[in-house]
Amino acid sequence: MDSAVLELEGLCKAFGALKATDDVSLTLQPGEIHALIGPNGAGKTTLMAQISGAQAPDAGVIRFRGQDVTGLSVAQRARLGLGRSFQISSLIPEYSARRNVMLALQARQGHSYRFLWPVRHDRSLTGPARAILDRVGLGPRASVPAGVLAHGERRLLEIAIALALEPACFLLDEPMAGMGTEGVGRLVAFLRDLKQEAPILLVEHDMDAVFALADRVSVLVYGRIIATGTVGEIRANPEVRRAYLGDEEPAA
Amino acid sequence: MVEARREFILNAVIVLALFAVPLWALMAGEPFIISLATRVAILALAAVGLNIALGLGGMVSFGHALYFGIGGYCAGILAHHAFSGTPVAFGLSGTNQMLVIWAVAMALSGLVAAVVGALSLRTSGIFFIMITLAFAQMGFFFTLSWPAYGGEDGLPIFVRNQFPGVNTMRPWELFLLAFGVLLVALVVFAMLRASRFGAALMAIRQNPDRAAAVGISPFGVKLTAFVISGMLTGLAGAMMADLSRFTSPAMMAWTMSGELIVIIILGGVGRLCAPVLGAAILVGFETLFGGWTEHWQLWLGLVLLGVVLFARGGVIGLIAGREGHG
Repeated sequence: MDSAVLELEGLCKAFGALKATDDVSLTLQPGEIHALIGPNGAGKTTLMAQISGAQAPDAGVIRFRGQDVTGLSVAQRARLGLGRSFQISSLIPEYSARRNVMLALQARQGHSYRFLWPVRHDRSLTGPARAILDRVGLGPRASVPAGVLAHGERRLLEIAIALALEPACFLLDEPMAGMGTEGVGRLVAFLRDLKQEAPILLVEHDMDAVFALADRVSVLVYGRIIATGTVGEIRANPEVRRAYLGDEEPAA
Repeated sequence: MVEARREFILNAVIVLALFAVPLWALMAGEPFIISLATRVAILALAAVGLNIALGLGGMVSFGHALYFGIGGYCAGILAHHAFSGTPVAFGLSGTNQMLVIWAVAMALSGLVAAVVGALSLRTSGIFFIMITLAFAQMGFFFTLSWPAYGGEDGLPIFVRNQFPGVNTMRPWELFLLAFGVLLVALVVFAMLRASRFGAALMAIRQNPDRAAAVGISPFGVKLTAFVISGMLTGLAGAMMADLSRFTSPAMMAWTMSGELIVIIILGGVGRLCAPVLGAAILVGFETLFGGWTEHWQLWLGLVLLGVVLFARGGVIGLIAGREGHG
């Protein structure tokens, strides 16, 4: 198991008496999509915040590519190659889609303390930004400020920014949220390709998408992982069905 | 793109007007107006500094008078010792060379800005405003009770400091010097804004969480911008002391910090030539209505109210429309 890209070990986080994260351990292996599911309030967002570095766990260790990153800041973890997308689109609203991606590219290159050369003439930013936007299908909307993009387009821009970071793993927090059926279908196909580049830890409510994509699924209930396994195993697990899926067979 | 071209033309008009008015005054033999234009240029320079922190970085410093005053006291103290022939400290002598004074003023205000920024940038919103104000007030009361350099009476500069090739006692030449420095500062601002650093800084203003998530630490970028900002305002302070041949605690008063913010809001927060236009409006009101009524600030206040209520982008925003970031 030491080949895991991301490894959580005994993670705990409490808010007063509420145990939002209760002894969570999981791994993300190369080439896989590991989906994290659970009912509302199960602690998925809190867990993601600890992995990305926005919140510090009370106990436990987060290892990323073998390195203990538990004490590192959000920006430091991002520079190591932890690429995240936000549940609620978090973009630079006045910047065009292109400038949003260019910002990620310049951060990836590690040169934000350059004061002279104008960014819009920087071919090492404009070229790749164009290619990435084309790849997610936002090419024609490259000049539109992120603040006025449609909801689905913002979700795609979130993905484009994550791509620009060329991360060693993707943390995607509900990338399908609020997308129409057609958009979800396209994104599922896209993510299936994407996992070849880097493994994906996927938090998602859309069960169809999860069951179509995930190599492994972990089920979080009241801050605890009650089961981890393949889609088939999770669907057959009586405890999961009772706690989360309900007794009915979910729509496939 | 129409907006961008309109703003470019407007900027050119503003800068040319600042040059043309004193030029006319020179021909008409009105040295007072030349001095007014010089005052506009120097206040604008101070506001260009604040515009980096406030306009690009969203850091509402209510204490930039501190750097303005530090610059002023650098000019005053160094000139004082050069005049009296006594050492400043540790055997170092004073100087009447502006270039040296400017370097000292920028270094010292940058250093203080680094300390103030490192302590205050961990907060935001109203707390940041109050902490920056508190530091400036500390500077104000320190100079007020500093008898060696005049205390509350301030410190006169008997002979204006020197600049190679410029007769600083001639209003027109002093204006050209201030105008030149202002142009350089405007170029610095424009380059900074267009650069990778500017891209990071403006992104942090809009969404610090996103900037951190792509790997840009907000704190370092903001602190760097804050230091550059303080240095430019400090330089302006040194020049203002030379223009008025006087430096006093008033340069560090909170009203001075407020004036710099008013200048930027009038012109348009974050806009390149907002400091020039805002400073011109401020000095214009002060001159036109100041001679007529003591309550000129009431009228300025009404204008400010109008801008805040009806033209959030300032006068430049009103004319040139919203700013784009391609």
